[in-house]
Amino acid sequence: MDLTMSPAELAFQAEVRQWLAANVPDEPLPSMDTAAGFAAHQEWEARLAREGLSVVSWPRKYHGREASLIEWVIFEEEYYRAGAPGRVSQNGIFLLAPIIFDHGTPEQQDRFLPSMATGEQVWAQAWSEPEAGSDLASLRSTARRDDERGGWVLNGQKTWSSRAAYAHWGFGLFRSDPEAARHAGLTYFLFPLDATGITVRPIAQLDGEAGFAELFFDDVFVPDEDVLGAPGDGWRVAMSTAGNERGLSLRSPGRFCAAADRLAELYRSTPEPPVGTERGLVDAWIRAQAYRLYTWGTVSRLADGGEMGAAGSVNKVFWSELDVALHETALDLLGPEAEVAGPWTDGYLFSLSGPIYAGTNEIQRNIVAERILGLPREPKGTR
Amino acid sequence: MRFELTEDQRDFAESLDSYLSAADPIAAARSWAAGDPDPGRTMWRRLAEQGVPALLVPEDSGGAGATPVELVIAMEAIGFHAVPGPWVESAGYLARALAGPELEAIAEGAMATVAAPPVTPYALDAEQAERVYLATDGGLTSGTVGAAVASVDRTRHLHRVTAGSAVDQVGDPAAGFEMAVLATAAQLMGAGERMLRDSVDYVKQRRQFGREIGSYQAIKHQLADVRIGLDFARPLLYGAALDPNARDVSAAKVACGDAAYRASRVGLQVHGAIGYTMEFDLSLWITKVRALAGAWGTAAFHRNRVLTALTEVG
Repeated sequence: MDLTMSPAELAFQAEVRQWLAANVPDEPLPSMDTAAGFAAHQEWEARLAREGLSVVSWPRKYHGREASLIEWVIFEEEYYRAGAPGRVSQNGIFLLAPIIFDHGTPEQQDRFLPSMATGEQVWAQAWSEPEAGSDLASLRSTARRDDERGGWVLNGQKTWSSRAAYAHWGFGLFRSDPEAARHAGLTYFLFPLDATGITVRPIAQLDGEAGFAELFFDDVFVPDEDVLGAPGDGWRVAMSTAGNERGLSLRSPGRFCAAADRLAELYRSTPEPPVGTERGLVDAWIRAQAYRLYTWGTVSRLADGGEMGAAGSVNKVFWSELDVALHETALDLLGPEAEVAGPWTDGYLFSLSGPIYAGTNEIQRNIVAERILGLPREPKGTR
Repeated sequence: MRFELTEDQRDFAESLDSYLSAADPIAAARSWAAGDPDPGRTMWRRLAEQGVPALLVPEDSGGAGATPVELVIAMEAIGFHAVPGPWVESAGYLARALAGPELEAIAEGAMATVAAPPVTPYALDAEQAERVYLATDGGLTSGTVGAAVASVDRTRHLHRVTAGSAVDQVGDPAAGFEMAVLATAAQLMGAGERMLRDSVDYVKQRRQFGREIGSYQAIKHQLADVRIGLDFARPLLYGAALDPNARDVSAAKVACGDAAYRASRVGLQVHGAIGYTMEFDLSLWITKVRALAGAWGTAAFHRNRVLTALTEVG
């Protein structure tokens, strides 16, 4: 057991730290869920990519630098420590890219990954439907075979599609075999959001910005070359990296230590911290530290060839609750000023989505109980 | 960078577990509580033969010269199996606080205990210990055993101690304190894991309303939260073992205490009335966790040490 970095890792850390110190904008960029903010975040992604810092673990030919998993975590820690902008390309680089690497054709990899790495093409996820939230396998949007044109015709509706208001491409599951039940007969599609037949209707989130959107599909043609994995195999393809979304990559491992440090700064700069806030600070710091060390444990296991598996669900419940509690403490510390909109209220409103997205925490607890503890599933139809 | 147990460390954990699983520590704990120390003393000797009290003792004092990581592994097993006796005091505190021949005695397996007021006002199991100490401001004296005090955990016999003669060769009592806290945290982790395992086993076989109670979400979610709490306390425990500074050791104690306490509350709740009986073994861990939560510093004491570290930073 050891938590020390190698000389190469220390050198990488120093390089990243130095570059971020010199280049992170002094003023926060405008919200990425506004037109101007989206463009500013895309420009930031392009700058990262020019330094080989947008996707450090990717191959060089796709703008990466073939960094190890450990170096990736080092990068993430430095990134959040520096207070660098949120990643507008997150859905693509963290959620979709691992699937393209595992299941995409070489042609798809060459076509999609470079522009994803530079932020030129930003991707939106399209999982949920009005009647398929936690029960994702009940989704109804359809894909009809079109042999004549060599592809599929999509119809239906997706919702809570993050980044879709301004993004360029989307990815999601559609029912390609109406006879098959639930998890069978689903296919994973990639589609440009300006395709004929797609209507994007932005939805204002709690913070007032259009962070997600509804997508309406009206006879949208998708060629075979934009199917990811085999037709009918979409559920397996999508779930092969679901662990990533819930665990390691959805919320950066570096994120919470930086936030806990800022909370400690806020505490120290508050002349008379209200009674009770000291406990909130200590617990937030302890939990952020736990999350950091847990991540090093996970990375060590993965580096030894282990798999994330259902541990991603353990992780997701923990960080999402930590994030809310940390921001609640900050607002308590701000006292009467807490109502004034600012970085802490922004962070607080953002944190409230954590226990919901990527599978609600109730679903995650079911997964922990059934797959890790081995408890029996509920009889069908009672859930 | 490899934040995982080595193969040797896993082997050590497994060998302790396989010995303890076969040695009926629950019977030893119940005898210990009832005033018959013989099975517990036998268990102490066996674990001493496996080198547990000698772990932190340097090799030139007859010890194993192991790291706090190995201490944590051993103490987790002791907590998991509810082994009675002053392990934290001997293998944690005194293995660092003593020097010279008295330290060699610890490595050889002498059962020893210590009170360190005000945080640890009573000496655990002093009536059984061959050597009793009292920590004073920066120093250490031998301890004269006084009146017994009943613990909420019937397997822990507390005693008042008064100062005797000064100890000639003192090691590093401050480091001993950190090791005692760390060892207590590890015991809590082991106790929490045990209660979770036993509770999961129970809800898989207990049926009500025609099905296993473990199939109800109301039960599942509580047990999932226990799993999550333990999974995120463990890295703090091992992180503190690698660098046992006050802030990180206290963070580990807070997290392990909270996680084990949650395991005890949920464990009792999902067992229902049977869990509330002394006869049922769960009771051993429920009362132990309550005692250990405050032993070698309450959660409030340790949160305050973390707060001090956080507010002192520039």
